[in-house]
Amino acid sequence: MSELLQFLFSGVTVGAVYALVALGFTIIYNASDVVNFAQGEFVMLGGMITWFAHAAGLPLPLAALSAIVVTAALGVAMNKLMIEPARGAPVVSLIIITIGASIFIQGAAQLVFDKQIHSFPAFSGDAPIRVGGATILPQSLWVIGGALVVFAGLWVFFTRTLLGRAVLATSNNRLAAQLVGINTNFVMALSFAVSAGIGALAGVLATPITLVAYNVGIGFALKGFAGAMLGGMGNPKGALVGGFAIGLIEALTAGYLSSQYKDAAAFVVILAVLFFMPQGLFGRKSADRV
Amino acid sequence: MTRTDKETLLAVEGLGIAFGGLKAVNDVSFEVKPGEVVSIIGPNGAGKTTLFNMISGVYRPGSGRVRLGGEDVTGMAPHLLARRGMSRTFQNLQIFQSITVLENAVTGYHLSERGPILADLLSLPSSRRRARAAETGARDLLARVGLERAAEREAGNLSYGSLKRLEIARALALDPKVLLLDEPAAGCNAVETEEIDHLIAEVAASGVAILLVEHDMKMVMRISNHIVVLDHGERIAEGDPAMVSRDPAVIAAYLGADAEGIHADG
Amino acid sequence: MRITPKLATLLVLAALVAITPFFFPSGYYYRVGALIFVNGIAVTGIVILTGYAGQISLGHAGFAGIGGYACALAPVHLGLHPALAVVLGAAVSALLAYLVGRPILRLKGYYLGVATLGFGILVSMVLNNERDLTRGPDGIDVPELGLRALLKDQGLNLTNGEFWYFFCGICLILGAWIALNLHDSPAGRALRALHGSEVAARTVGIDVARMKLSAFVISAVYASVSGSLLALQNKFITPDVAGFMHSIEMVTMAVLGGVGSVLGAILGAGILTLLPQVLTVFAEYEQMVLGLVMVLVMIFLREGLLPSILRRLRGRGE
Repeated sequence: MSELLQFLFSGVTVGAVYALVALGFTIIYNASDVVNFAQGEFVMLGGMITWFAHAAGLPLPLAALSAIVVTAALGVAMNKLMIEPARGAPVVSLIIITIGASIFIQGAAQLVFDKQIHSFPAFSGDAPIRVGGATILPQSLWVIGGALVVFAGLWVFFTRTLLGRAVLATSNNRLAAQLVGINTNFVMALSFAVSAGIGALAGVLATPITLVAYNVGIGFALKGFAGAMLGGMGNPKGALVGGFAIGLIEALTAGYLSSQYKDAAAFVVILAVLFFMPQGLFGRKSADRV
Repeated sequence: MTRTDKETLLAVEGLGIAFGGLKAVNDVSFEVKPGEVVSIIGPNGAGKTTLFNMISGVYRPGSGRVRLGGEDVTGMAPHLLARRGMSRTFQNLQIFQSITVLENAVTGYHLSERGPILADLLSLPSSRRRARAAETGARDLLARVGLERAAEREAGNLSYGSLKRLEIARALALDPKVLLLDEPAAGCNAVETEEIDHLIAEVAASGVAILLVEHDMKMVMRISNHIVVLDHGERIAEGDPAMVSRDPAVIAAYLGADAEGIHADG
Repeated sequence: MRITPKLATLLVLAALVAITPFFFPSGYYYRVGALIFVNGIAVTGIVILTGYAGQISLGHAGFAGIGGYACALAPVHLGLHPALAVVLGAAVSALLAYLVGRPILRLKGYYLGVATLGFGILVSMVLNNERDLTRGPDGIDVPELGLRALLKDQGLNLTNGEFWYFFCGICLILGAWIALNLHDSPAGRALRALHGSEVAARTVGIDVARMKLSAFVISAVYASVSGSLLALQNKFITPDVAGFMHSIEMVTMAVLGGVGSVLGAILGAGILTLLPQVLTVFAEYEQMVLGLVMVLVMIFLREGLLPSILRRLRGRGE
């Protein structure tokens, strides 16, 4: 029983990171119908920049903040330099572009930082908290709390603010949004900034537990995408639930089946979702227009 | 010859579909017989293209039946309908832009030219024979729609009117029993429209059942044997051209009270 | 006799394979040439999948891994001749592509990208983890193909480098011939049609799902054979052959040279294989360059190098 609880704790922790990545996917997808495969690199950058700045002498909170700001700025730059010039390109081209961006960021991170695995101290110490025979790290609570706060913030943003509705309007019909006076370029830039910032935040929160290296991004991207897909692409609630679900499935796979193949769990979920419910848990149906 | 003489080829029975609770098409029925031109008309947004998409298997109908030569083909995938003799064109053009005009027309021969893929990979004589036969047929068809001189050009470079004719040629390549034409004359000039007009009459005369959606009322009135009028997804009238153009409900739906307008450009 | 584009491509390839060795400064370049040809084979498969049919795979290295490890394992465990192991690897890859492709290829774009990516990662995970069979990340020995010795008995004495250069070159020409046959055949036309418009392809009777699956299976066989040839000439193989970066390399090579053109894609394979050999500092920048090439080509040169150059030349000629 306590063993199961332990697996659940670790599943929820890592699931919170996936949920943040999935939320990042959702924001950009909602604004532009682009699935940004470089989403995982934002997580990597969040962790790496924080470690780097901290090692250079910056206090941890300041290092974390600078990591989030720098990553958000890189997100904006990526939109401006790579996504905007390719507007209207076929999906295959956009996949190649965002994968290319992902590879490029990895390669750059190797050079700017290094190829080592890094970590920095947990925010509230490393003393495990005992709950019902299992333990949970204080940092896990930070990660889970972070995911919930970001979700709540996004929910308020998309449903209660004018700007948030402008983002949704842009995704529904770009031309119509322009006609009613929405600055769609600004909306796109904002989406990339927020999405990259959330990715970086995930990296900041998770690194003390999961560690960080230049090549961790693609794994986060795959699992975050699996979460977003499981929940239903474009649905923030789905992204949250889907992300946590992937984390739990992975932790239970590691605990009861094979720790070597825990990374396969996300892929199996992707295939299962594709097979049995292509719309995801909370997705809406769509038909091709002819 | 009256409509009742022949066996029905395409029968639409109580067809309907709703998008997000909104009924786009509701309980529409009609029949098309060999050699007949049946037109669907109605104001923009009346559900004509949606109806086409249900008949041709692009959308799965929410209710009702589609029968092709007596067989229930409701919701059947488009490629299977093609094998049963149904062929169509699209309102907003679905041309293969980056390949040549000839190759576009040849794709219409897919069902007669396809064979074992291994033969295609090794370019066996059987594969080349199939491909050549399709190309010969496609050149003849292009000549029939007046595009023979554009055969080697990339389709994306053609004028709108030419693309419309190319689509018809491709649809004819299937040697269909039923042909669905979605606004074949849209965007065409008067000369092109008349050419398409003749082409349709010719195809119908060869025994093909034609279902037509068209905004050019002159053309519709001239070539249709039978007209079905839709408004807000419902059938509000049907009959021969003379009957329909006098129908008060049709006139009201279309143009308010102006009875002459329906004969004009629509 | 009229020189068709197909014949022209094959002649250019044959000439390249036959003539370039005269300019090799050292025997080492036979090996580089053979590597280019091996990558060229994999990339020709990508042309069929992505260039003809418009579908993307971010996991094709998985099939290269299967082809490579078939040559390492089948001779030892099943007693198969290495040449038959190549065939077995191709068959297993084809079967796997069929099974995995059936659900995956119903989907479009992004889902296909992610699903194939996941598949590739899964294969490389198995190769890394099943140490009892594959010896894990350190790699495994691959037996000698034996063809060179056979040729020697016939009086044709080639060095190891020369043999693999010409053998892979001939395989590449053969692969290109098959891909070019497909291009103008009924099936190839159907693939290019569904690339243009799936809706229209369906209405002319093309079974879109089945045709996509065919392209996926064929391209998987290309990747598998490429992996086998790599393993056989190195007499050694590691799970890296199935790694994510190798999948990305395949796509980048094809896209750089021109994913719609067999010759173009092979040119792309040539450039990206040669680059790290010529510039030794390149190794450090390899990932950055790969990523940058993907992005820049897709933005500025969507057709790829060779088709863009040819188009420009033709434009000037008129």
